[in-house]
Amino acid sequence: MDLITPGLGLIVWQLVIFGLLFFLLSKFAWKPIMASLQEREQSIEDALSLAAKTRQEMAELKAGNEKLIAEARAERDRVLKEAKEASEAMITQAKSEAQKAGAEEIEKARAAFNQEKVAAVASLRKEAASLSLEIAEKVLRNQLADRAAQEALVTSLLADAKLN
Amino acid sequence: MKKVYFSNILAFLFLFSSVTFAQHEHSADTTATPTTETTTEAVEGKHEESHGEAKFEPGKLILEHIGDEHEWHFATIGHSHVSISLPCIVYTKDGLKVFSSSKFKNEHHEAVSYEGLKLDHHHIVAEDGSAVYDFSITKNVASLLLSAVLLLTIFLSVAKGYKEREGKAPKGLQSLLEPIIIFVRDEIAKNNIGEKHYRRFTPYLLTLFFFIWINNLLGLLPGGANLTGNIAVTLVLAVIAFFVTNLNGRSTYWGHIFAMPGVPKWLLILLTPVEVIGLFMKPFSLMVRLFANISAGHIILLSLISLIFIFESIAISPIIVGFSIFMNLIELLVALLQAYIFTMLTSTYIGSAVEEHHH
Repeated sequence: MDLITPGLGLIVWQLVIFGLLFFLLSKFAWKPIMASLQEREQSIEDALSLAAKTRQEMAELKAGNEKLIAEARAERDRVLKEAKEASEAMITQAKSEAQKAGAEEIEKARAAFNQEKVAAVASLRKEAASLSLEIAEKVLRNQLADRAAQEALVTSLLADAKLN
Repeated sequence: MKKVYFSNILAFLFLFSSVTFAQHEHSADTTATPTTETTTEAVEGKHEESHGEAKFEPGKLILEHIGDEHEWHFATIGHSHVSISLPCIVYTKDGLKVFSSSKFKNEHHEAVSYEGLKLDHHHIVAEDGSAVYDFSITKNVASLLLSAVLLLTIFLSVAKGYKEREGKAPKGLQSLLEPIIIFVRDEIAKNNIGEKHYRRFTPYLLTLFFFIWINNLLGLLPGGANLTGNIAVTLVLAVIAFFVTNLNGRSTYWGHIFAMPGVPKWLLILLTPVEVIGLFMKPFSLMVRLFANISAGHIILLSLISLIFIFESIAISPIIVGFSIFMNLIELLVALLQAYIFTMLTSTYIGSAVEEHHH
């Protein structure tokens, strides 16, 4: 029975000492310990999240770089292509212009030549007509004097005409 | 710092006490007491008659050991008692009296009365039957003080460690206790009370846990007091738990006790008394559980050791020692387990009290 009868003295002492212990430990032990633990946990968490963030940023940066490189490459290709196209166009144009100019020149030359030819033929024809008239006049005059002399004359006239 | 605390408690203990190495002078009759078992019945009878304490009574011994006393008795070597007489502080009709418990013994180690007071079964009573209020530093109170000093020494040095190595990895005692502190905070307080309120109760739960644990362990030391196996101590702890729980009770908590939601009105006549009884049964179970577990462990250990004296044979002792070691190891586990269970249940009670309404 003694065993399950709480003693007054011990109840009082237990209450006082446990109370004091709670007060002292709370103030001087648990408070700083809890604060430090929380601070440390917080700093670890912060460090971890910072590391994760940095890693992500790095990945983003890398992806950005790759994108930039790809863009630059595409730009370069485009510029090259454009330059090539431009040069080709210029060459083609120059060629066609040259061809056109050549053709024009040839046409002009041909036209001039034809004109010359027509003029030459006309003057030749005129010459031939006057010559024929001269010859015919002389033949007609010589025929009246000497037959042989006439023939010789005709021959010599012909030779003259040839030389002409 | 540590040394200062130890010297403080020692100075306090020695203020009113004195270590006694009392030599018990026996009569000529006793010196002739046969020690072998081949004595005749006549001699043995005479021996018992002249010397009551020679007869071994395990029940009495065990109850004395797990009870409280006014001196801290470590050992009896031959007829020499190695004990510390603790200070007695009593309030009688004549006022407050403070004296050493050694006053209750004469030089022959026989019980005597002192200033009208006497010891009756380790209780101080007045010879004239008037009321005596005993606030003595008994063995349990001394052990309680010792544990308080130990706890303060340990945790103030741990706290100092946190201050010195701020933000750095723990070291020494600090790293030994940190996982336990975190366990109490996270697994006991946070899990049962909830994210919102647990911070308020963590200091109390930590104090409770380490107080019970260290006193359970001190009780296992040879000559240690059975503090956490004393009903007065567990009563106080349970009453504190009761007040901490109910003073923090929210409307949801009281609503569940006096008007359980979702239950027909007529059933409340039955249910409410049950809930009200439950209110008191919870701390009562805390009180009995710790008291019974720790006392039972002490009783088993003492019973095992008593077996050697019951059998009166040294041959049995190796077996008993084996069992005792086994029991001691179990008791080490029980010491931690009971501290955990008490704290855990307290935190679940607090958790149910502070729970927010969510129906």
